[in-house]
Amino acid sequence: MHYSAFRIFKEAMTGNRGWKPAWRDPDPKSEYDIIVVGGGGHGLSTAYYLAKEFGQTNVAVLEKGWIGSGNVGRNTTIIRSNYLLEGNQPFYELSMKMWENLEQDLNYNAMVSQRGILNLIHNDPQRDAYARRGNAMRLSGADAELLDREAVRRMCPFLDFENARFPIQGALWQPRAGTVRHDAVAWGYARGADSRGVDIIQNCEVTGFRIENGRCLGVETTRGAIRAKKVAVCVAGSSSRVMAQAGMRLPIESHVLQAFVSEGLKPIIPGVITFGAGHFYVSQSDKGGLVFGGDIDAYNTYAQRGGLPVVEDVCEGGMALMPMIGRARLLRMWGGLIDMSMDGSPFIDRTDIDGLYFNGGWCYGGFKATPASGYCYAHLVATDRPHPTAAAYRLDRFLRGAPIDEKGQGAQPNLH
Amino acid sequence: MIINHPLLGPRDMAEFVYKGDVCLIDRPDGMQEGIEAFHDYLHLRDNPAGEHRELWYHEQGDRSWLVVTRNTLTHEITDVALARDVARERGRTR
Ligand SMILES: Cc1cc2nc3c(=O)[nH]c(=O)nc-3n(C[C@H](O)[C@H](O)[C@H](O)COP(=O)(O)OP(=O)(O)OC[C@H]3O[C@@H](n4cnc5c(N)ncnc54)[C@H](O)[C@@H]3O)c2cc1C
Repeated sequence: MHYSAFRIFKEAMTGNRGWKPAWRDPDPKSEYDIIVVGGGGHGLSTAYYLAKEFGQTNVAVLEKGWIGSGNVGRNTTIIRSNYLLEGNQPFYELSMKMWENLEQDLNYNAMVSQRGILNLIHNDPQRDAYARRGNAMRLSGADAELLDREAVRRMCPFLDFENARFPIQGALWQPRAGTVRHDAVAWGYARGADSRGVDIIQNCEVTGFRIENGRCLGVETTRGAIRAKKVAVCVAGSSSRVMAQAGMRLPIESHVLQAFVSEGLKPIIPGVITFGAGHFYVSQSDKGGLVFGGDIDAYNTYAQRGGLPVVEDVCEGGMALMPMIGRARLLRMWGGLIDMSMDGSPFIDRTDIDGLYFNGGWCYGGFKATPASGYCYAHLVATDRPHPTAAAYRLDRFLRGAPIDEKGQGAQPNLH
Repeated sequence: MIINHPLLGPRDMAEFVYKGDVCLIDRPDGMQEGIEAFHDYLHLRDNPAGEHRELWYHEQGDRSWLVVTRNTLTHEITDVALARDVARERGRTR
């Protein structure tokens, strides 16, 4: 069914009886050409591009819960392409270009809103670093501007510019960055994949792999064994658990990142603001809630909930940056399992087991990557060659001395 | 989380810095083992869902390193020991 203004009008006139479920609910077949494990944003976009761009329609997405129950439905919805390093920036800029065309492509309103991102600057070394980053962004074809303090003040007069510890001296500004309605991304891709013949199978947990003579022949699931020519895993925070079933150890630790939403307020925050020095970032949703977060909790966990010390740290950061939020009430908060890699960058790669592929290590920043990750992963799985913009995301990069470490922190996942 | 420090009693986790899996104690011998052993030591982790033995540093306290046994699904802590003692048990000199 094609969605349009005319359709809404027609349904309104006919008692809204024509709407249909946006995707089917099929039972798993005994065999597929390709099985995608994990029905998050990346799994669903992978299936969509496999069908749309690579002609692979005998595909199933297996999701242990319901689609969108993982990080794709838990994140703070920020999209941007403001990375520094060669291995990253062209990939994220590809993703940004795909966001710009996503809703037309999917015929689905994902509320892509390019309202811009400000990365605040507090001192000279930081300005130098952001000038360099801005240049790297422009070299990749992205947009970037270095703003002085007065330009930031015109945009966000409510910030505490004279903060004693972190006075605001300027910002790196990416106008094309913004936010996207996260659930709609999962639903839009699910609908698009389903309409091209992909089976989306929910409540179907992968519990093992069938591997013979170094070749993956399928998966064991809570709904029975399913054979496949190729198996593509993308389970975010559960990466180590799932790949352990194939005997693999990964350069990944699972951590929790928390998110917070205030009560609905009148429009006040124009775009996304990041206050890295104070461990705080914020945007405002279309419903008016301030959506914000900060650092990860920094210890291994699979509990999908965080602790109070980080809640305090995030709220202190918010108060330091914009004291006006002190009276706003926190409406709700939650946590999501994130797959923190050893250099803070992701993997889209083959494994040593033929027919088994891995996509993960997205840390706290994989939502913005959803379109490009799905497209590049589909490219790899369908053609067995990496897409040029994702060619650096290899599992053996540490052994080759080629990590992609934006922050230069080394092999310490909780510092990225 | 409250970590029951063997010397100081119950302490808030906010006083600590988290380092990671206790396997970091078992650094390979640089004169004996090859680059792959170092790669695995530095980068690969079991990252289990369930019982996990891990290193915490009491930075805002007595600066001791602890080995905490904690369930990563429930956050329940079942054992806390001085890392020094654990390292010696594993054959390290200190
Ligand atoms: C609080 C928070 C805020 C964030 N904010 C941002 C942001 O502002 N911008 C940004 O770019 N990124 C952000 N991220 C990161 C981003 O959400 C993730 O990197 C990204 O969503 C991960 O990819 P995914 O959507 O495929 O993951 P998920 O949605 O987690 O998908 C993985 C799926 O695999 C399923 N699964 C697991 N095990 C199995 C199994 N054995 N069998 C079958 N299925 C299984 C899970 O149920 C899950 O649905 C944030 C994350 C969190 C937690």
